[in-house]
Amino acid sequence: MIEATLLTKVFHDRKRGRILGADAVSFRVEPGRVYGLLGANGAGKTTTLRMLATLLKPTSGTAVVSGHDVVREPDKVRANVGFLAASTALYARLTAREMIAYFGRLNGLGEDALHSRIRSLADELDMHEFLDRRCDKLSTGMKQKTSIARTLVHDPQVMIFDEPTLGLDVMTAWSIIRFVRECRTRGKTVVYSTHVMGEAEKLCDVIGIIHRGKLRAEGTLAEIRAGTGEQDLEDCFVKIVAPEAAR
Amino acid sequence: MNLRIIGTIYAKELRDLLRDRRTLMATIIIPTFVMPALVLGVGRVASAVVSKAREEIPIVMVIGGADSPGVRAELEKSGKFRVETASADWKALISEKKVRAAAEIPEGFEKALDSGSAPAVTLYDYQGELKSGIAVDQLSNFFTGLRDRTSARLLEARGLPASIARPFEVKETNVAPPEKVGGNLLGGILPYIIITLCFMGAMNPAMDLTAGEKERGTMETLLCCPAARTDIVLGKFLMVLTGSLAAMACSLLSMGITIAAVGASLGGRTGAPGGFAPTIDTVGILGVMALVIPVAVLFSAILLTVSLFAKTMKEAQTYAAPMIFVVILPAILGMLPGVELNYRLALVPILNISLVCKEMLSGVWHWGYIAVIFGSTALYAALALAVAVRMFRREDVIFRT
Repeated sequence: MIEATLLTKVFHDRKRGRILGADAVSFRVEPGRVYGLLGANGAGKTTTLRMLATLLKPTSGTAVVSGHDVVREPDKVRANVGFLAASTALYARLTAREMIAYFGRLNGLGEDALHSRIRSLADELDMHEFLDRRCDKLSTGMKQKTSIARTLVHDPQVMIFDEPTLGLDVMTAWSIIRFVRECRTRGKTVVYSTHVMGEAEKLCDVIGIIHRGKLRAEGTLAEIRAGTGEQDLEDCFVKIVAPEAAR
Repeated sequence: MNLRIIGTIYAKELRDLLRDRRTLMATIIIPTFVMPALVLGVGRVASAVVSKAREEIPIVMVIGGADSPGVRAELEKSGKFRVETASADWKALISEKKVRAAAEIPEGFEKALDSGSAPAVTLYDYQGELKSGIAVDQLSNFFTGLRDRTSARLLEARGLPASIARPFEVKETNVAPPEKVGGNLLGGILPYIIITLCFMGAMNPAMDLTAGEKERGTMETLLCCPAARTDIVLGKFLMVLTGSLAAMACSLLSMGITIAAVGASLGGRTGAPGGFAPTIDTVGILGVMALVIPVAVLFSAILLTVSLFAKTMKEAQTYAAPMIFVVILPAILGMLPGVELNYRLALVPILNISLVCKEMLSGVWHWGYIAVIFGSTALYAALALAVAVRMFRREDVIFRT
């Protein structure tokens, strides 16, 4: 489970001064549910997710991920989280097998458990054909499968996806969507950030709309529609983040 | 600190970098082959150029000397020159390398030789030009020979022995053992090369493991794992240090083989016992290696910190490349004759190593200085490493945009 409470992140930039990356963001995600964080570029999605994955330390507020506090127990949080983003790349000079094994070892898996885990992930994701091929020689789809295997190697209870389909072709993006659904089926707690409305509609049990670092609206798709009086999620989104533009 | 995690990160970085051609080039290939290329290649080319220049029969011009035909004839008969009478533009011809040198024979020179009061002969050359220098040396030898022969003839005419003009000879004999000669000759250049290669060996891994990872997007992937950031930076640091030490080991090994090969070849040629070529004290080499370790730690930590700050490999190169001058300058200062080690200089990083290694390689062990240098360099290295760890914990550095 994830419980974010007033998560705030302030950045200091020499040119732009004080920047509020996330402003008192609070939400809760239960196991077996997909929480969609919907926002435009620069809205604060990545900052919020990086705080949940303990890559960034909150300026104030906190979050509890799988029973561990992101500020006080960041190592334990990371041990329970699988983080997949467009910006989390693979080591080009390692093979897919070496890549998965490396992250398995960093997550504390013993050699026997690691080899059996790689075998089962390769079966599940149909990776045997390219498992011993270097990552820089893989197709985009193969790379995505390797990335997914990397996030799953330690079987985390919480999955965080930060715009994972960014720049992917339809088939590869579809395989990611399928994978997110499987995570939900297996009872994992999922947070999924995107600015693609269609993905949010298809995947998310609860949607949080974030704008300029602040969570502006939250609810199921039906609740968001009812709250804005719009049917199309894109119209709902515009009405929430820029009501003057919607008029 | 989790040694298992540090070991895992180190093993992965080692495997990764061994597959990287740029790193192999900077860490293994260049240090291994640069010395033989320098010592054998450049030395052989230089020797061939000098030999060829010496084989050439230079064109020399004689200015004046119309009333000294005997001297000119002797000059021609020596077979070492092609003698021509000077034209009005003889200076321009020397500048244009069409003529190598000129000798100005004063009026009445030959006649004055018999009285033992001949005026001075002036030789002209183009300083700094190899072939002109060789020609003027040969002209100088010719006139020195002429002077000696004239003086012997004049003494003989007065019934005196020729040895009266040269009552005794002066001989120089080397008493230093070959390793001391080697230490003095190579002690200056060796630490400079080792220090430079240590830096170069660390440079590419440091950039690749930090700025390179940021640029390729793998840094964020790595930071998602539960490993503590201190463990991550220590694993990476050990890899950078390995690169630096590997460069040093390769350069020392290739240097040893080169020196042994040159020594054997020169020894065989001269037939001198132990060879003419200098040898290097093995204990001295081991001492240098031990002292260079903290320098390698220092370089690795500094390069890791600087590269970590960069967003891309290109930016890291912009920061790291000029640092080579900071490394080379004190190393060169240490090579200069007359710069002696003292306790103040023993605290100056790099220069202190350069100076003490020079001494160690010539068999002089100043234990007090060695302790101060090792201690101070180890302290600087520890501080640099602490800064690297601290930088790795800074979000504004890791996620710098």
